[in-house]
Amino acid sequence: MKKDYEIIIGLEVHAELNTKSKIFCTCKNAFGGEVNANCCPVCTGMPGTLPVLNEQVVYSCIRMGHALGCTIHNICKQDRKNYFYPDLPKAYQISQFDVPLCENGALEVMLDDEGHTKTIGVTRIHIEEDAGKLIHDDNFSGSLVDFNRCGVPLIEIVSEPDMRSSAEAKAYLDTIKSILQYLNISDCKMQEGSIRCDVNVSVRPVGQKEFGTRVEMKNVNSFSAAVRAIDYEAARQIELLEDGGHVVQETRKWNDAIGENMVLRSKEDAQDYRYFPEPDLLTIVVPQEKVDALRAEQPELPNARCKRYMFENKLPRFDANLLVENRDRGDLFDAAAALGAPAKAAANWLNGDVARLLGERGLTLADTKLTAESLAEMIDAIEKKTISNTAGKTVIEEIMFSGKSVSEVISEKGLAQVSDTGALRSVVEEVLSKNEKAVGEYKAGKTNVIGFLVGQCMRATKGKGNPELLRKLLEELIG
Amino acid sequence: MLYQKSATELSAMLARGEISAVELTRSVLGRIEETDGKVGAYVTVCAEDALKQAAAVDSRRARGEELPALAGIPVAIKDNICTKGVLTTCSSKMLYNFKPPYNATVIERLNAAGAVMPGKLNMDEFAMGSSCENSAIKLTHNPHDLTRVPGGSSGGSAAAVASGETILALGSDTGGSIRQPSSCCGIVGLKPTYGSVSRYGLIAFASSLDQIGPMARTVGDAALLYNTICGRDERDATSAHHTYPDFTKCMGKGVKGLRIGVPKEYFGLGVTKEVEKAVLEAVDALRAEGAEIREISLPSTDAALAAYYIISSAEASSNLARFDGVKYGYRAREIDGLIDLYEKSRSEGFGDEVKRRIMLGTFVLSSGFFDAYYKRGKVLQQKIASEFAEAFEGCDLIATPTSPFTAFRLGENVDDPLKMYAADICTVTVNIASLPAMSIPCGTGADGMPIGLQLIGPRFSEAALFNAAAHYESLVGGFNKIPAIG
Repeated sequence: MKKDYEIIIGLEVHAELNTKSKIFCTCKNAFGGEVNANCCPVCTGMPGTLPVLNEQVVYSCIRMGHALGCTIHNICKQDRKNYFYPDLPKAYQISQFDVPLCENGALEVMLDDEGHTKTIGVTRIHIEEDAGKLIHDDNFSGSLVDFNRCGVPLIEIVSEPDMRSSAEAKAYLDTIKSILQYLNISDCKMQEGSIRCDVNVSVRPVGQKEFGTRVEMKNVNSFSAAVRAIDYEAARQIELLEDGGHVVQETRKWNDAIGENMVLRSKEDAQDYRYFPEPDLLTIVVPQEKVDALRAEQPELPNARCKRYMFENKLPRFDANLLVENRDRGDLFDAAAALGAPAKAAANWLNGDVARLLGERGLTLADTKLTAESLAEMIDAIEKKTISNTAGKTVIEEIMFSGKSVSEVISEKGLAQVSDTGALRSVVEEVLSKNEKAVGEYKAGKTNVIGFLVGQCMRATKGKGNPELLRKLLEELIG
Repeated sequence: MLYQKSATELSAMLARGEISAVELTRSVLGRIEETDGKVGAYVTVCAEDALKQAAAVDSRRARGEELPALAGIPVAIKDNICTKGVLTTCSSKMLYNFKPPYNATVIERLNAAGAVMPGKLNMDEFAMGSSCENSAIKLTHNPHDLTRVPGGSSGGSAAAVASGETILALGSDTGGSIRQPSSCCGIVGLKPTYGSVSRYGLIAFASSLDQIGPMARTVGDAALLYNTICGRDERDATSAHHTYPDFTKCMGKGVKGLRIGVPKEYFGLGVTKEVEKAVLEAVDALRAEGAEIREISLPSTDAALAAYYIISSAEASSNLARFDGVKYGYRAREIDGLIDLYEKSRSEGFGDEVKRRIMLGTFVLSSGFFDAYYKRGKVLQQKIASEFAEAFEGCDLIATPTSPFTAFRLGENVDDPLKMYAADICTVTVNIASLPAMSIPCGTGADGMPIGLQLIGPRFSEAALFNAAAHYESLVGGFNKIPAIG
């Protein structure tokens, strides 16, 4: 009989930091660029060179530590992790071993639309350097190395084995990503590899206390790949156990293209990294006042913001999420709401027309002239029926890109809503005469064609007609 | 001959326009030509570049520019200090063709001071050794007796200075590599306080112990060179924030009231009777000048060699891992895949002593052995450092032998690494405790070979070391004697 299994997941997230320069030299920290253009004797590990720690890396890591409620070890050290690989020119990675900068935190992740949450433990966050990249070229039979990424600063965020499904893992990863963005410490560009993760999976029969044997998976390059990799690995382990076998502790490599993983190395081949304190660098000492100042600078975090939108502004989770995912959009929403704009209307404009107009032009909010004041004023004009919702679409585009005031746009474009019954009556009569078929359908009881007729009237008034008045007139004249 | 004179004297002659830098450089290059076939101090001679540097100094002086004291003075460089575009081999097959793309900080400082570089000097491979016999390039002979070793690892530096093949030299010292060859060759060598000279560009042996220092025929010359190379460097995180005096003005203050500690533990350790006698006589000479001599105890001395070999080998195993045949230097041919490339390049590129230390270091860092070795080594290091700190509460300087014996014959100890390691027994504690120490000549043994007196001070006490050493130098009527070669 098939037993029920529980899946146990732990994640190690590597995030590249967006500091201006690399972690141990003055080279530019930038993705892309010509091969081996952003490197120097230090980051290519030339004999005799020495690392000098970029303190911004320490501050970024502490920011993340604060965001995840960690204990900050403001006195800590860096260690060498020794192994041979052509993309690692010193043959050791400078990382942190027994004393990470941040330790013992937790992250609350939202699991559903009702706002149910789960707390995932964060074991540690430490700083380290990235390695280079092996590349291949048709004109050369061997491997080539690009050292541009060498020495790019990373933080590694290690979770407790607290997740029980790939969905929880996805929620955790999404939350980590949004926090990195809110703190503005990582570009979070998955396609550039600025966030990567290693996934640890084990399974156990429901009710069993001890963890099952753990398998580590490497080469998981996106969050959706993490979901597929976890589901695949959990199923593989359950099948093994169901067939009377056992799970072997090993490292496996995920191949997302074929949706399978394969053994990379077994426990017996586990590398001995011979960690020891890095003698070229001094002990890291961050004054407590600096640690406190970094905490004080922390912005409202995405989870808290999402909850606030859901529970205080009564927005659906979908709308709230859209505002949270785009921090500048959320900031504008907050400012407009503070000026009295109704939450739902403000969210709809920002997530709807504003987002669409930005998307079409490939711009961000900062590239436009939209202010909280103008947005609130426009919404107010619609609420007060000075302009129609349709006219609002014209107004929003103008105030975003021309910088004119709402009232200027309304008067220049003649968008003020017509609520003069006399003027509208002739429009309605004309529309009715041109749409005899619809009138017939209405009379036959298909009353929802009234919407179509209102639309025709709006078009005839170039969006200026008061739609409620038009509806009333239509009903009156047909009836 | 110009090459026989001290840097201090030559600097004054250059400043007065009595000689030109080109003349001086020619004199040194001529001496190299004349004797280096026998001494073997140089790995690379940069005659053309040196003459260019000298000519540049002369033309600046002709324009009436005020130049630093080192302008026009030949300073030869140990071959583990990176010189842009000039071979820097560490006397290893592994780096037989390595031309660094950048200059070490000390080289930049020497260039800025107008120093002239006649060439790069032989050493034990990657600075591991006490006789220069671990060089993969050549043997260096002691100028006082060509059948004997010059000491090591900065043996080329010591031999070049002692023979007049340079006026000054830079060495590096991880466990005695400046002081022990200085002792063997009868010259002055300073291992500065850890952190006072930038390590940027020094190809690392043991990062927490390595320090570049001056080697010269007189104490004043060592001070002149040290003036130029010491100081904070942003590119070396372990470089100290410290203000340094003009060391050439720190001498001549006498030794009256100077408290000199003599640690009894340094006179066991296989120190020969003649070395012990010469050192104690030198101490007595200082006593006669008003110094107070105190017997002190540094009880952990006998454990220092073990701590030294654990810590230095551990760091070396990591520092030397980058030499893998992939990026520069020696690369094995006929390879079958990446692992084979690593294994063959490293097996063929490194010499036995280097491999021995890499294996030792890899072992002491291995999972399961780390606590028993590396961690205990670090604990011992703390203990040795605190014993020194305690000793310096009761004395200003400490006097010991530099090397327990005079220079041995070439080949005598090559098959006995432990005997070779014992040559460092009096010097390693200084590196372990991050202290400055100087070796100066104090007589000769029955074999006619120089004996060295080691003076050790607290951190940043170089001024006191120069003063005491210069006082002793004046007592014996000066050190600057170049032996007849051959």
